[in-house]
Amino acid sequence: MDLILEGIKKALWLLLTLDPEVRGVTLLSIKVSGTATLISLLIGISIGTIVALSEFRGKRFFVSLINTGMGLPPVVVGLFVTIFLWRNGPLGFFGILYTPIAMILAQAIIATPIVMGITLAAIQQLPKRLQLQILSLGATRLQMVWILIKEAKLPLLAAVMAGFGGVISEVGASMMVGGNIKGYSRVLTTATVMETSRGNFDMAIALGIILLLLAYIINLILTQIQQRERPR
Amino acid sequence: MKINRWVTLLGVISLLFLHGKTSVGAQQKTIVLGTTTSTQDSGLFEVLIPIFEKKTGYFVKTIAVGSGQAMVLGQRGEADLLLVHSPAAEKKFVAEGCGINRRLVMHNDFVIVGPSEDPAKVKGLRSASESFKRIASAKALFLSRADKSGTHVKEMDIWKRSGINPEGEKWYQQTGLGMGQTLNVAAEKKGYTLADRGTYLALKKNLELSILVEGDAILLNAYHVIEINPARWPKVNAAGARAFANFMVSRETQGIIKTFGVDKFGSPLFFPDAGKKEEELGR
Repeated sequence: MDLILEGIKKALWLLLTLDPEVRGVTLLSIKVSGTATLISLLIGISIGTIVALSEFRGKRFFVSLINTGMGLPPVVVGLFVTIFLWRNGPLGFFGILYTPIAMILAQAIIATPIVMGITLAAIQQLPKRLQLQILSLGATRLQMVWILIKEAKLPLLAAVMAGFGGVISEVGASMMVGGNIKGYSRVLTTATVMETSRGNFDMAIALGIILLLLAYIINLILTQIQQRERPR
Repeated sequence: MKINRWVTLLGVISLLFLHGKTSVGAQQKTIVLGTTTSTQDSGLFEVLIPIFEKKTGYFVKTIAVGSGQAMVLGQRGEADLLLVHSPAAEKKFVAEGCGINRRLVMHNDFVIVGPSEDPAKVKGLRSASESFKRIASAKALFLSRADKSGTHVKEMDIWKRSGINPEGEKWYQQTGLGMGQTLNVAAEKKGYTLADRGTYLALKKNLELSILVEGDAILLNAYHVIEINPARWPKVNAAGARAFANFMVSRETQGIIKTFGVDKFGSPLFFPDAGKKEEELGR
């Protein structure tokens, strides 16, 4: 118990004094996971919507793949991204292994199926008649899609939260493709693992608390938006 | 439309954030150093690397994994140089043409640690293999790293010398974790383990483990730098690797290694050895 109190005290101290190293690690966590979530939103929402609105052979098979992808293990993603990005690997010429860009790439791969799966479910649960109604009022197809996405705003914001929550808390892929390099690719989760293995449990607990706080604040903001826009 | 604006705003912010540090053109300015968890967990590199970076303008990416994994990275040309402690495997590595210019940097030693109750009665023994024999015959819990790290290779070496194959025994548990975490497991389960002295000292305050056996010649733990052979892997940053290797054996760095940890742990974690031969150590 002492250790946990010690950790909470340390977390408060690090936050109050704006410890530069912890600040850097926290900012990088936000940058990497935020960018990865944005990329996953672009890809996930567009493909998710297209799949939801179209009928094609093998759709069920494709959807089952997406749904499985929602549970992609980060270490497996990390392993494959690492092998692809090796200097002598197929994408080695980019030279981005052990950089924050590689971490964004891996996290985007983790978050995209999550966003896609939730988008798919959200758009599919809208009444089929709605599409016809919108079209009969003279909207173009593109306008119709846009209106449908706006209609599904609540579950889509849930997709944002799930995607972001998935990547900000993941450690396996970030460790492998980022390398946990001090002041460069060290994020809250990898720093927590390292401090634990160094036996600095108070510091590890403090970093864990900061991570939880960060996730809470971001979800609070998103929830505010979501609940404000709730249809009456 | 509101969400639209948010997305644009976030996009712009993230672009601003990512600008600068991560430019791809700076590749030859970065050095990938494959090394062991023990050097990272002890904190030595956090002292040395900033000095090197300031002096030379290189940017060092330290990838802290076990010696085994570090050497595989080296074999594939995915690291520029290695700082590892697995002498037999290193010699093979160099003989196969993967690495060049293997140089001794420093040493410390391995110690056998365990609970102070010492159920296998090994405390004070001089011989590591004799201690392992007693642990085996007492069926006392032993935690193995089992990750092909330098420490694990040494442990296997000692088992071999004691004529025991612990594989599959109930009292022999494999963690597959780094040194720090394995020490934590050993402390929690009141088991024995083999650890490098540096990591043990760095973590000692949280561990209820004592040093039971030390000083056997086989327990010597030597760290070497090896540059990856640029003839085999043209993409390797050979100049950077040479610069860092030279830095590690330079007089200034050796002086820092000599005193590193004295203020915090009361004794040094590593002993500088640049220029010496491996055979001269531990005499």
